Amino acid sequence: MAQSAFFDEMTASGGDVRAVYGRISRWLDESPPELLAARREQAEMMFRRIGITFAVYGDKEATERLIPFDIIPRVLSRTEWNRLEKGLVQRVKALNAFLADLYGKGDILRAGVVPSDIIYRNPAFRPEMAGRPVPHNIYVHIAGIDIVRVDDHDFYVLEDNARTPSGVSYMLENREVMMRLLPDLFASCGVAPVENYPEHLRASLRSVAPLRAGGDPTIVVLTPGQFNSAYYEHSFLADKLGVELVEGRDLLVRDGFVYMRTTQGPKRVDVIYRRLDDDFLDPLAFRPDSALGVPGLMSAYQAGNVTLANAVGTGVADDKAVYTYMPEIIRFYTGEEPLLKNVPTWRCREPDALKYVLEHLPDLVVKEVNGSGGYGMLVGPHASRAEIETFGKKLAADPANFIAQPTLSLSTCPTSFPGGVGPRHVDLRPFVLSGADGVRVVPGGLTRVALKEGSLVVNSSQGGGTKDTWVIDDPQLA
Amino acid sequence: MLARTADSLFWFARYMERADFVARIVNTTRRLASLPSGESNVANEWEAALSAVGVLEAYEAAHDRVEPNTAIEFLLFDARNPSSIVNCIESGRVNARAVRTALTIETWQTINEGWQEMKKVQAKHQARGLGTEELVAFLDLAMKLALDVDGSAYRTMLRNDAYWFSRLGLYVERADNTARILDVKYNILLPESEHVGGSLDYFQWNAILRAVSAVTSYHWIYRDGVKPWLIADLLILRPEMPRSLLACYGEIVRFLDDISGAYGRQGAAQRRARQILGRLENATMKDVFSTGLHEFLTDFIEDNNSIGGAIAEQYLLD
Repeated sequence: MAQSAFFDEMTASGGDVRAVYGRISRWLDESPPELLAARREQAEMMFRRIGITFAVYGDKEATERLIPFDIIPRVLSRTEWNRLEKGLVQRVKALNAFLADLYGKGDILRAGVVPSDIIYRNPAFRPEMAGRPVPHNIYVHIAGIDIVRVDDHDFYVLEDNARTPSGVSYMLENREVMMRLLPDLFASCGVAPVENYPEHLRASLRSVAPLRAGGDPTIVVLTPGQFNSAYYEHSFLADKLGVELVEGRDLLVRDGFVYMRTTQGPKRVDVIYRRLDDDFLDPLAFRPDSALGVPGLMSAYQAGNVTLANAVGTGVADDKAVYTYMPEIIRFYTGEEPLLKNVPTWRCREPDALKYVLEHLPDLVVKEVNGSGGYGMLVGPHASRAEIETFGKKLAADPANFIAQPTLSLSTCPTSFPGGVGPRHVDLRPFVLSGADGVRVVPGGLTRVALKEGSLVVNSSQGGGTKDTWVIDDPQLA
Repeated sequence: MLARTADSLFWFARYMERADFVARIVNTTRRLASLPSGESNVANEWEAALSAVGVLEAYEAAHDRVEPNTAIEFLLFDARNPSSIVNCIESGRVNARAVRTALTIETWQTINEGWQEMKKVQAKHQARGLGTEELVAFLDLAMKLALDVDGSAYRTMLRNDAYWFSRLGLYVERADNTARILDVKYNILLPESEHVGGSLDYFQWNAILRAVSAVTSYHWIYRDGVKPWLIADLLILRPEMPRSLLACYGEIVRFLDDISGAYGRQGAAQRRARQILGRLENATMKDVFSTGLHEFLTDFIEDNNSIGGAIAEQYLLD
């Protein structure tokens, strides 16, 4: 294995195996390539059987694809995890306080910490939500915070996902598959369980039901339907929660309440875990051409007769322009120093920053403020001269729409592929749940891995894969 | 449960049953058409097959003449035919996928794997066409898939409304299929046709039995040579024959009662189904032949459609 300039989570720069990977490293040494290949094949067969697929839009050939799965787990020690968890809780609490403030009194804007124009001119800001409190002031019930490492102590937040973050079904199914494929390795590592995630999710959703729903609120999962890329996850979650998976056409609004159409007539719905973007929720309030939503849903929501999770209008907080202010936002609401770092970011809206970015495009990653899924971005070091030139023009024409970051030396993990094992870049998306009774994070998350050698793009829509993420007890000091 | 869920379960089961029926019809028609010339009229056989599946009009809209290859293509693969085997499996899976959470993992995996197999065959067919052996293998695949889906549902699903609605779909479809195959061949099932009875009729009678997988059952029940009126008796009035109209209605009434019992309310669907069952229970083959077999079957097909409508209105819409 060639020495690389990147922090490898298994093999430290001196070539020694880090203690937390000791067991994994021995297992890799003992396993012949044929065994890894056989396990890889078995894993793929299991995923295909279960039907864990996801759709790539605009890809007619394969409307249902498997996300490649790597059988070598990604490992964090309990100590590392505890540090990360504290940072996640702090960050999500700040996000919720920020949203409550934006749709409430607006202290942070008056204090001049965040410029008001990036809020009010943001298409994800929902004036409909202004002055209408939500239960327990929780806006982001489910957050997915994308984390990367560049060395063995700091965690960087790459992105906050506060709308409808997906991927948690992979966290859970990857674990199931690993337990079946590699039972001995699994058992010998003392891996913290993630299987209680659905329990926590249900508790969080129940805790934010409207008061009048009483002790046993009716919860549903709202999906855009089976042709949505994350449909598998929607049905998976409804199943694990033991609640109905509904589409917009299954719901109706009558006298300010939401009902679902059942074989026994309409039944009232109290909490909607919606996996549908704001724009599509209610054709009367938002996009009139949305056939996926429920006419009148916003009026029932504004009357407080139903809770939406996540709340409407959370997109304003996970915007990439707002991201650059997260350290200040955390300090403003918690009075603490942020535990997780932000990736240094140039706001192209600022003339000095724009000038710098335009001069250094080959070294930078430039992203659209509202983009996601790895689309519409420039990865300078991997782009051709022509691509850089075209992108530069796009950027100069609308600088406020972009931010830029240095290309991070994302950490690598050993990853198996046909023909061997080698380091590949990874990130991590832990899922953070917020309910009336507090913030919960199950120990683990979705590790995404860029399968192409040297690639830094981990998005599944662009050929990334996933790994199981193991939080294990710290190795005993010998 | 969600009305849409019940609707999808109902149609999921219907499409799987239909895939099985279409495969059987194609199989038996191939057998008939392979008889030495003089024993059968090939074009007529395929026309009857299209008619039994209820897609003759759609076929004629797409083709000028009925020919074996185009008919087989239409029945197996054609996207313009909503009842082609490929479309049945596709629609079955779309409905199953829409209600993933209402199916057991076993049932879902069965349909999902069968669908993947079907996709492979379809790709091969589009790329280079299929040989006869591959066609036969594909028909086997469709029949086995229906069998496996049915069996896994029976073995693993909770006995609640999800199960009952899916069973209703299966039996409404099955009753329709049995009535249609009988109606297409009614003229050779009349008592007097015994006198005509050349060898052609013998093969025809056997073909009907084969299409509803009843060759062995026939001999167990009647211990007699194949008589056309006994075939009609077996497929209409015999309670022990799982594809007979009477047996299907026994099941339809039972599952509708399960639903009304759980929901605490009866409706038009229950009343209507009991009426139809009562008529079948009280009928004799003599009555059936004297009112006219064709008329009897046409009435039945209409009644059966009205049950589908009554179930939809009572449970599957708002």
